[in-house]
Amino acid sequence: MSTTPTTQDSSLPPIEEAALRKALSSTERPPRASALSATLTFGWRGMLKVKHVPEQLLDVTITPVMFVLMFTYLFGGAIAGSTGDYLDYILPGVLVMSVLFTTVYSGISLNTDLTKGVVDRFRSLPIWRPAPLVGALLGDSVRYLVAGTVIVVLGVALGFRPGAGVPGVAAAMALVIVFAFGLSWVFTTMGLLLRSPNAVMNAGFMSIFPLTFLSNVFVEPETLPSALEAFVDINPISILATASRGLMEGNAEAGDIAIVLAVATALTAVFAPLTNRLYRSR
Amino acid sequence: MTAQSTLAIEATGLAKAFDDVQAVDGVDLAVSRGSVYGVLGPNGAGKTTTIKMLATLLRPDAGSARVLGHDVLAEADEVRSLVSLTGQLASVDEELTALENLALIGRLLGLKRPAAKGRASELLDAFGLAEAAGRLVKNYSGGMRRRLDVAASIVVTPELMFLDEPTTGLDPRSRNLVWDIVRALVDEGTTILLCTQYLDEADQLADGIAVIDRGKVIAEGTPAQLKASVGSGALHVRLLDPEQRPEAERLLARELGSARLEPDPAALSSPCSDTDRAAEAVAVLARSGVGIATFSLGQPSLDEVFLALTGHPAEEQADEEETPIEEEQAA
Repeated sequence: MSTTPTTQDSSLPPIEEAALRKALSSTERPPRASALSATLTFGWRGMLKVKHVPEQLLDVTITPVMFVLMFTYLFGGAIAGSTGDYLDYILPGVLVMSVLFTTVYSGISLNTDLTKGVVDRFRSLPIWRPAPLVGALLGDSVRYLVAGTVIVVLGVALGFRPGAGVPGVAAAMALVIVFAFGLSWVFTTMGLLLRSPNAVMNAGFMSIFPLTFLSNVFVEPETLPSALEAFVDINPISILATASRGLMEGNAEAGDIAIVLAVATALTAVFAPLTNRLYRSR
Repeated sequence: MTAQSTLAIEATGLAKAFDDVQAVDGVDLAVSRGSVYGVLGPNGAGKTTTIKMLATLLRPDAGSARVLGHDVLAEADEVRSLVSLTGQLASVDEELTALENLALIGRLLGLKRPAAKGRASELLDAFGLAEAAGRLVKNYSGGMRRRLDVAASIVVTPELMFLDEPTTGLDPRSRNLVWDIVRALVDEGTTILLCTQYLDEADQLADGIAVIDRGKVIAEGTPAQLKASVGSGALHVRLLDPEQRPEAERLLARELGSARLEPDPAALSSPCSDTDRAAEAVAVLARSGVGIATFSLGQPSLDEVFLALTGHPAEEQADEEETPIEEEQAA
């Protein structure tokens, strides 16, 4: 690993002995940070990274914009007869897809952290052990929110008028983010098992890409070969997309929502402890 | 102080293997409070693995350790609240500014937001980084980074600090600064476990040294004791012409009992502590027509200690586990 120093060491000011000694003697050990406070601090760390490199939000905003425009105008007429009808169908779907794609980045950024010494520092601190992981995912949830908002705003600009209005859209967004939170534990596990950020990116997208396309995000499954249709019907991403459409239109089925929440809980229950264990034993 | 023990570190039979490599193979350590203890060894000797076990980052396969009176397995949290770690890699967050880094650590250690910020500024002032406080750490030079790394380790002054090769890759000036900080910390009562492959660093700082090789402690003592164990001193001779070394070796062996060739092709040395005999030996060389560039009579260096103990020089061992970082220094 090489760095590009911008400052010559020889131009560094000397350390004043008196100031150093004062700094060393002036601390009292504070009470331990609470689990919540430690977790929120890691969430803040995630925010700061976005603040310093806002370009990283381009990933989560441009892709969904491209997808909305491309699918609506390129395929809308062919698939649904008119671009307007297709927009109503695809917008909640693209919301699901974009946010789920973003979850892969959680694994990538965890893996990036691991290649640097900073993780050892975190692990040597007297904090609630899962705080770095949970905090990072909380920070990532803000990205999911950004991606989701961009899509909805674009949709409205293109003529999307969801039946359940703002509360419906908010509920759909919340459901998608909860599911994304659960799914992102899968990618943090990957992030700890694979060797490089690139490997995580490839493995992550290789799994999320087919899962998303083999769902009802883009097309109604009725036209598919029956085996494929059977898979699409049980794909949790399909159920999430259906539930999101329902929430936006005001006709969601409680069963769908329950399944989505159950899958998110199950993913968290399996992969969060696994991530945590791997993180500790690195 | 939370425990009565006068030992800051007591480790017995620590062992850790990675796949089929036995990185640490039964290490015992006893480090008294308030001291600087050097763990000296080449790359791959098991230094970092030992530190990681003591700092609760790695679970030992065998053996036990108490740090500041707390068991590293059963009371890991207590240990973590009393120690800090300065890694071989500068373990700060490159994507944040220096101020944010220190404030983050302060918050995680339980300081309230204003106190964490205040402490961060105070440390940046003390470490001469105030001007660069708002800059992203990835734009820092190696020396600045190491300062920040050490600062991050003392946001709350630890009772025990693990320093893992704190000066690897630093220029001499930055190295001296790290040494000054270590001395100041010790004056404040902090115990230091210093892992290093630089023999003069251990000699400069440490009260006691364990020499570690291939996962085992092969010698232990004060720097003076270790030097004494390989003989009281040595006559070092550097020749004008390396071609004459065999001749010089023969003469020195005759005069002083034995002679050893140094890695430098023009240098050799003989065990000797008596100035008269050394002078006579040098005179013999001169009379025999062997041109001498320099000669000195001195204590053996820790390099020689290492060679005498292990039979191989400290630098030559290849490494798998602890790759030295190369930090480009601004020219």
